[in-house]
Amino acid sequence: MARKQSLLDQCLTPKSEIPGSLAFAISALTWVAVIAVWSILTYGGYMQDIFLPSPSAVTAAFFRLLEDGTLSQHIWASLQVVVIGFVISSIIAVPLGLLMGTFRVVQAGLEPLVNFIRYLPVTSFVPLFILWIGIGIEQRIMVIFFGTFFQQLVMIADVSRGVHKDLLNASYTLGASRRDALLHVLTPAALPGIIDTLRITMGWAWTYLVVAELVAASSGLGYISMKAMRGFQVDVIFLAIAIIGLLGLFTDLIFRVIRLRLVAWAN
Amino acid sequence: MSVVNAAATDAGTRSRLRIKDVRLEYQTRTGKNVVAIDRISIDVPDNEFAVIVGPSGCGKSSLLYLVAGLADPTEGDILLGNTVVQGPGADRGMVFQSYTLFPWLTVRENVEFGLKRRNVPAKEREDIVNRYLNETGLAAFHDAYPKQLSGGMMQRVAIARALANDPKILLMDEPFGALDSQTRNTMQKLLLRVWEQHQKTVLFVTHDIDEAILLGDRIYVMTARPGRLKEEIVVPIPRPRSMDMVMDPEFIAVKRRILELLKNEIKDDEH
Repeated sequence: MARKQSLLDQCLTPKSEIPGSLAFAISALTWVAVIAVWSILTYGGYMQDIFLPSPSAVTAAFFRLLEDGTLSQHIWASLQVVVIGFVISSIIAVPLGLLMGTFRVVQAGLEPLVNFIRYLPVTSFVPLFILWIGIGIEQRIMVIFFGTFFQQLVMIADVSRGVHKDLLNASYTLGASRRDALLHVLTPAALPGIIDTLRITMGWAWTYLVVAELVAASSGLGYISMKAMRGFQVDVIFLAIAIIGLLGLFTDLIFRVIRLRLVAWAN
Repeated sequence: MSVVNAAATDAGTRSRLRIKDVRLEYQTRTGKNVVAIDRISIDVPDNEFAVIVGPSGCGKSSLLYLVAGLADPTEGDILLGNTVVQGPGADRGMVFQSYTLFPWLTVRENVEFGLKRRNVPAKEREDIVNRYLNETGLAAFHDAYPKQLSGGMMQRVAIARALANDPKILLMDEPFGALDSQTRNTMQKLLLRVWEQHQKTVLFVTHDIDEAILLGDRIYVMTARPGRLKEEIVVPIPRPRSMDMVMDPEFIAVKRRILELLKNEIKDDEH
């Protein structure tokens, strides 16, 4: 029996689809609302500039830093730290995580240690990293690495554990060797999960950026917001936060596209 | 009980499947020892369609996994020809109950998987794959991904994938168990047609008695856990078989016999 649902009904039914245009409109409305509240608070004089700068003040800060060339320099510095730290971490964590989820020996050897380190606060290691590797870019990369690597390892091990054993068994009965099963069955089967893990941990890498640049940095978005704090340039702090958010959104988009293209079979 | 026959040195029995005094014991997580299979001996004649039926949990699927080499028997041996089965291999193809197609490969690539592992040249590969796609009615779907297929279609691909490898024996673990009854009938017909063409030794596990009689030359009835061989029944129904035969007196007689055996099994189990 076909019952035509009203739009309101669709919106209130759990897990029911809504038209794409409506979804887009609602998303846009959220942003408009945030900016509206922000404008009312600042232009309406409810909050002082020193606590909450107005949208136009942040925009002005953007153009100011853009014109003197420092903004692109700081964005580049931060991007380098996050991307290098994230890539090194992923290159090691993906294969190692797959092995950890596949071989009980590797799991027994690594899991207790990894689960211990995973809960250590990254911030408390910053002084140690400075002591061990100095105050160059390596130290900042190390913070990103430390913040993402152990999380990636555990999540990718879970992904690999989730691959159904009968999939491997089927490949054996077709003549696959253990190596074949690992390369041609386990790895492709785990790929969607791996990409999802990378996407989530990329977001975490961005959140560690400020921690990495709080101490001993001389460039980067975390650094300018730190420096701005000392001069009470709240508009610059907001600018730095907004740019980190936008860069995060952008990298997220990249991973979404990769997932759609690379593992279309899973969608 | 069947007796392991001594004429195993015949040239014609080079790929004969013999299960000799196999026992399978395993430990549960709570540390309890469970005997899944207790001393089973089966000698499957070459090129026969052999079916194992038994109450659920009787170890019939475990027996199939042992023949596939995906698990090791606690005692006893499984021989294919004159070699003892040690680990899985391409000579024993298997169709699983769960859907085990590789979701990242198209239908064609799935069927091609075993051939690729065995380094069959591309041209030959294509010919073989096309042949089996045609035989199983999949030609139109060769570019589809498993996710786009229905359950019955997926099991067709699984059958084509196993056969394309030209195994000495085909193992089937309740392959149609998850399908609706109409699709199951279609698949049984398809399997009969394909098998009557290739005449390969098949070891087929099911709990569906009609399916067992319709498909099998020989039916091994197992007891409840621990699984033992209760009786070996030769199905006296001529081939080619068809769905209409389920009403034939021979069919009903075999069915009554199996039901009787299994009914006793459930009684035995109660005390």
